Amino acid sequence: MFESLQNRLQSAFKTLAGKAKLTEGNMRDALKLVETALLEADVSYDVVRDFIDKVSEKALGEKVLLALNPTQQVVAIVQDELTNLLGPVDPSLHLKKDLNIFMLCGLQGSGKTTTCGKLAKMLQDNNIKPYLAAADLQRPAAIEQLHVIGRQLGVPVYSELGATDPVKVCQDAVRKAKEEGAQVLILDTAGRLAIDAELMAQLQQIEKRVQPHQVMFVVDAMTGQDAVNSAKAFNEALELNGVIMTKLDGDTRGGALLSVKHVTGVPIKFIGVGEHLDALQPFRPEGMVGRILGMGDMLGLIDEVRKAVDVNQQAELEKKLAAGDFTLDDFKVQLKQVLQPGLMTRMMSMLPGMGDLSKMLANTDAEGEMGRKVAIIDSMTAKEKKTPKIIDQSRRNRIARGAGVQVQDVNQLVKEYDLMAPIMKSMAGKGMGGRMQAIQDLQKNLMSDPSGKMAKPKGDTGKRLSPKERMELKKKREKELRKKKREQRGQ
Amino acid sequence: MGLFDFFKKAPEPAGVPPFGGSSIPPKGGTPTSSKAEEQPAGLFAGLKRALKKTADLLNTDVRDLFKKEGRLVDEQFLTELFAILVKTDMGVGPASRIRDKIGSDYRARVVHMPDVLAVVKAELRELLAQPERPVNLAASGTTVILVVGVNGSGKTTSIAKLTQHFRSQGKRVVLGAADTFRAAAVDQLTIWADRLGAEIEKGPPGGDPASVAHKAVARAVETGAEICIVDTAGRLQTQTNLMQQLEKIYRVIAKQIPEAPHEVLLVLDATAGQNALSQAKGFSEAAKCTGIILAKLDGTAKGGVVIPIREQFAIPVKFVGLGEKATDIAVFRADEFIDALFADWK
Ligand SMILES: Nc1nc2c(ncn2[C@@H]2O[C@H](COP(=O)(O)OP(=O)(O)O)[C@@H](O)[C@H]2O)c(=O)[nH]1
Ligand SMILES: [Mg+2]
Repeated sequence: MFESLQNRLQSAFKTLAGKAKLTEGNMRDALKLVETALLEADVSYDVVRDFIDKVSEKALGEKVLLALNPTQQVVAIVQDELTNLLGPVDPSLHLKKDLNIFMLCGLQGSGKTTTCGKLAKMLQDNNIKPYLAAADLQRPAAIEQLHVIGRQLGVPVYSELGATDPVKVCQDAVRKAKEEGAQVLILDTAGRLAIDAELMAQLQQIEKRVQPHQVMFVVDAMTGQDAVNSAKAFNEALELNGVIMTKLDGDTRGGALLSVKHVTGVPIKFIGVGEHLDALQPFRPEGMVGRILGMGDMLGLIDEVRKAVDVNQQAELEKKLAAGDFTLDDFKVQLKQVLQPGLMTRMMSMLPGMGDLSKMLANTDAEGEMGRKVAIIDSMTAKEKKTPKIIDQSRRNRIARGAGVQVQDVNQLVKEYDLMAPIMKSMAGKGMGGRMQAIQDLQKNLMSDPSGKMAKPKGDTGKRLSPKERMELKKKREKELRKKKREQRGQ
Repeated sequence: MGLFDFFKKAPEPAGVPPFGGSSIPPKGGTPTSSKAEEQPAGLFAGLKRALKKTADLLNTDVRDLFKKEGRLVDEQFLTELFAILVKTDMGVGPASRIRDKIGSDYRARVVHMPDVLAVVKAELRELLAQPERPVNLAASGTTVILVVGVNGSGKTTSIAKLTQHFRSQGKRVVLGAADTFRAAAVDQLTIWADRLGAEIEKGPPGGDPASVAHKAVARAVETGAEICIVDTAGRLQTQTNLMQQLEKIYRVIAKQIPEAPHEVLLVLDATAGQNALSQAKGFSEAAKCTGIILAKLDGTAKGGVVIPIREQFAIPVKFVGLGEKATDIAVFRADEFIDALFADWK
C-alpha cells in the first residue's frame, strides 16, 4: 500500500540524473516527499513542519548537494534526525528500594489494562514482585478484566467491590501493596478523553494523593493527528515520565509516536506488539524510524528472530559471521529457527509492502515450505554446504532427488542463500551505520525481486501429492530435462 | 470517482466572479431538512457539541487565514489551508487535491472564507451523502448485525449503544458475546445486556466465536427477536488467521439466514489516522463491511479519515458514538455532520 520513501526519493532524483547539478530547488522537492511520507505516517502537521525545517538546514548544505548519491544522503539525514528526536532510549524503570508506584493513563481502548499485565509480567520475569490495582471504575467489567490478567500471571490484584472513588482505591492499594511486600504497584486507571475536565481532575487527584514514581502515558499506534491534543492534555494535567505505544503489531506506521514525543519530551519506554502478555518490548528508535518512513524495521525483524532462536547457536553464528563465514549449514540453522509457528508472519508484518507477502505465506503452507528447504540442505554433502559455489546443475539434480523436491526448489534455495549471505556477513560486527546500509541493500534486493525472498506459492490448488507421486513426477521431469540438455549440447 | 472531481466538471459560469461575494448555491439540490425519526431529539445537539470542537479548530484557523477584506490566494495561504485540512485526518491525498484546486482556480485573487467553505462543504456533502435509513433491516424476521473492528476501537460500547437504539424502538435484541478472547469482554457485554434488557448468548473463555454467533442467531430466530447483534474480538487487519476466523463467523451466520448478516458494521475510533484505510480494506475483504460506526467522536479527534474511506471503499458512516453512555449515539447524517463541522460559518 505504501511506497517506501527511499523508492520515491530514488525516482525523484532519477529524473534529475544527467541533468545539471542538484539545486536547492530540487532538494526542496525531495524534502516535500519526506514531508508527505511523515504526514502519511500520521505525524502531526506542526511536528512535521518543525522537523522539515530542521532537516532542510542540513540537507541544503553543500556537502549533500555535491554528493554522488543524494538519495542516501537525504535518507541518512532524515533517519539521523528522526532517531535523535525519538531518543534517547531509557528502558530503565528506575526502581527504588521500597514500594514503587506506576500509574498508567491514556484514552479509552489505548491498551492500559493489557499493558498493566505486560509490565507485571516483565517485572516478574526479572524477579521483581508486582502488584496490580484496579482503579478503572468507569468501564463495565474493567475490574474483572484486570483480575483475569492477574490470575493468568499469578499476580495479586487489588480491587474494591462497588467502589466509586478511584483515589481511595489507589490509596488503599498502596497500603495493601506495602503490607504484602510488593516492589512495584501498577495502577490501572480509567480511560478518559482529554477534554473531560472532571475526569482529568480525578487523575490529578490520584497523582497528588498517591504520588506515583512513574506516570506512563499509553498511546495507540493507530492514532492520527489527534495525538498531539491528547498528549498535550495528559502532559499538562500530569507530570508524565514515560510513553508506551501499543498495537505496533499491525501495519500502522505509528507516526503518532513522533507527535507524542515532540509534545511531552519524555522518553518512550516500551512498545506493545501483541495482545498476549509477553508482547512488550523495550523501545528502539532505529526500528521505529524505518517504520515511520515506510522503510521497514529490519532491525526489529532481526531482533524478533534473535528472540526466538537458541542463544548459544546464535552466539556461534555471530562469531562465524564476524569471521565473514556464513555457510548453508548456518542458513539452515536460521531457517529452522524461523520454522517456529507464527514467526514468519510476524516478521513479514514488520516490513511495509510485505503485507501481501505475509498473506501469501499464510495461505501457502509457509512453514511446510521451510521444512522443505531444510530437507534440501540436509541432502547436501558437507563440502557443498561449506562451499555452495560448487553446487552445479548435476549436484542440484541429485540434491533435489534426495530431498524429494523439484530442481527449481533447490535453485530457489541457493538463490536465497546468495541473497542472504553477503548481508548476514556485512551485518556482523558492524556499527549502526553499517547495519543500516546492509538493510538498505537487502531492501533493494527485495524490491527488485520480491519473490526472491520466498518461494513463490505453487500453482497447484489444494491437492497434495504423496511423496511417491512426487517422486515419480520428479523423475519424469528430470528425464525430460536430461533429454533437453542432451539435445542442446549434443551430448 | 475522485474526491473533488466536482471541481473539474463544474467550472464557474463565465461572468460570475468566483468567490465574488454572493455565495455559491449548494450542490445536490435543496438542503435536507433533518428528519430525525429514528433519533430522539437532543441527540443531534450532542453531535453538534462534539463536532463543535472540530468546527472551532477549523473555523478559527480558517478565520485566521482571512483578514476582514478577504485574502490573497498565494503559496502561504494554500499551505495554511492544507494544514487545516490535513489536521482533520482526511489524509494528504484529499487535502492536496482540495488545496491544488483552490490554488489553480483562485491564485492571485482575493477570496472570502464563506465562499471557500461553501465549496468545500458542498463537495464533502456530496461525497458523504447517503440514504436516510441507517440500518438495513430484514424484510421479515431477524436482522443480524455483525460488529467488527481493531482492538480498543469501541466495539462493545458501540453494541450497547445499538442495543439501546433498538430497545428504545421497542425491539427485542439478542446479543452474541463472540469476543471470547479478551479478558472479561463477555462480562462487559453481559453487564450491558442486563442494563438494557437484552438477551445474551455466550461461550466459554477462549471458545469458538463462530459457535457463539451461531447460537445467538439461532436463539433470535427461534424466539422471534427482531435484532441479533454479534460482538467480535478486536483484531488487527493484518492478522490473517484472525481475519479468517471472521470469515468463518460470517459464513456461519449466512448459513442460518441467507441474507444475513444484514449489516456488518466496522467500528472506527475517531482518533484513528491513516491506518483506518487499511482497516476498512482488511475488514471489507474478510467480512464485507456495509457501514461504519465512528466511535469516540466526543473527544478532540475529528474523524476526517471517513472521507477517504468513503471515497475509496464507498463504505458509509451509519452511526457516531458520542460518549460512554448507551444513549450517546446518533445516526450519522452527512449534512449535519458537515454543517456542524462548519457550524459558525452558515
Ligand atoms: N494487537 C494488539 N492489541 C492490543 C495491544 N495492547 C492492547 N491490545 C488490545 O487492545 C484492546 C484494548 O485494550 P485494553 O487494555 O482493554 O485498553 P484500555 O481501555 O486502555 O484499558 C484489547 O482488545 C487488547 O487486547 C497490542 O500491543 N497489540
Ligand atoms: Mg482498561
